[in-house]
Amino acid sequence: MSISQMRNRFLLIEKRKLTQKLGFTGLGLAAFITVLPIVLVVAYVFWKGWPAISYTFFTEMPQDGMRAGGILPAIVGTLWLTIGTAIISVPLGLGAAIYLSEYAPENRWTRTIRIAIINLAGIPSVVYGLFGLGLFVLFLRFGTSILAGSLTLAIMTLPVIISTAEEALRAVPSSFRVVSISLGGTQWQTIQRIVLPQALPGILTGIILGLERAAGETAPILFTVAAFFLPQLPSSIFDATMALPYHLFVISTQVPGMPIQIQYGTAAVLLSFVLSMNTIATIIRSRARAKRQW
Amino acid sequence: MLRTLNRLNDLADVVQLSGQIWIDGENVLDPGTDTIALRRKVGIVFARPVVLPMTIRQNLTYGLELAGNKNRTFLNETVERSLKAAALWDEVNDRLDDPAVSLSGGQQQRLCLARVLALEPEIILLDEPTSGLDPISTGKVEATLEELTSRYTIVLVPHSVQQAARVSDYAAFFLGGELIEYAPGKQLFTNPQDKRTEDYVEGRFG
Repeated sequence: MSISQMRNRFLLIEKRKLTQKLGFTGLGLAAFITVLPIVLVVAYVFWKGWPAISYTFFTEMPQDGMRAGGILPAIVGTLWLTIGTAIISVPLGLGAAIYLSEYAPENRWTRTIRIAIINLAGIPSVVYGLFGLGLFVLFLRFGTSILAGSLTLAIMTLPVIISTAEEALRAVPSSFRVVSISLGGTQWQTIQRIVLPQALPGILTGIILGLERAAGETAPILFTVAAFFLPQLPSSIFDATMALPYHLFVISTQVPGMPIQIQYGTAAVLLSFVLSMNTIATIIRSRARAKRQW
Repeated sequence: MLRTLNRLNDLADVVQLSGQIWIDGENVLDPGTDTIALRRKVGIVFARPVVLPMTIRQNLTYGLELAGNKNRTFLNETVERSLKAAALWDEVNDRLDDPAVSLSGGQQQRLCLARVLALEPEIILLDEPTSGLDPISTGKVEATLEELTSRYTIVLVPHSVQQAARVSDYAAFFLGGELIEYAPGKQLFTNPQDKRTEDYVEGRFG
């Protein structure tokens, strides 16, 4: 190899190293840019809302046309709606997921069901709201109520729960099923004792992520349950209620002379609620991963 | 073929079957067969040991609990009896509540055998039970099987021709899903009647 050949080779290697360095820097930058807005949003909301946060903010009714006092009814309403959504969507979604993953034969019919579920997840939430208004509020005469709102949110949440739960069930190695059956187990015993316990963390994560989305949505509750202002807390599932996302919308756009810290305080409460659910989901997932034996 | 004997093939989607399998005067392939009872009577150990994601003890009591057996003393006795029968008791008796995956490959394979023995089956199906094992573990497993033949009918798909010749009382030769020859082990391996069996045993193909 001549001197000039060696030189060229050296330069080529140097060039490759430089390209690699540039590539890494670019990718790192992309990652940073995606995280930045999230961090900024959270920081900004908490910084602006902090002055409004106090004990009474959580425990008092709104006063002075919602320009003062607390946001208790909105918090209570969102809790009710989240619980209601869970009660309806978890059994239904889990049942559907178990059917699809364990029992359903692979044919045109079940493929259609799967495609339907995927498409349901893509429907804009305001359409769910209109659907809930038509079916639950008007046709079934539930009125604007926690029941109608929870049902609407549940329908919106179902696709998320079904698809994540089905994925979690399918991830359990099929050899476990074969062994359990070979030891004289029925299919249902196998699902109960082996498949479900192994898939549980994944299923829980999906449920929480689905409910979290439901808790933060405005459009589906707009026509089905949410009240502009109510002087008392809901006393049954047939009452309308205030809810955090809609309340936030109201005080941000519909009430003149609204103190800004109350707006951001409300946003901060909603954000903490959703983020803490997210954190729980993350913890469940990472714990299960560490414990998993396959 | 093994999975046909206890109808585990029901789980697979596409299987073509012809013929009959008679166990204790009942045709196994009859659609009316109680497959749950059949699988308790005809246990199977797979080529790759699959321990269930639970403790050693729970792996052993799993089948009995599925059948509704809750008697603690009986379960504990069964754990000890089946582990001893599978020559695993001495190695694990002080850590029965450890996760079963913490065992070595050979130990897991013997645990799978013990798990089947716990159900007191009549027939045990073994699918290349030593294929993933080193010679020492293989020896242990084969010695265990030797002892078990006195009490159970064992159907074994051997890992190699040598193993088949070593352990079999009766041997059957299958080719392409078809039964070619069935004879006492000594005869099949030393004096096969069918040309194809002879070719296989002498290592001309396979």
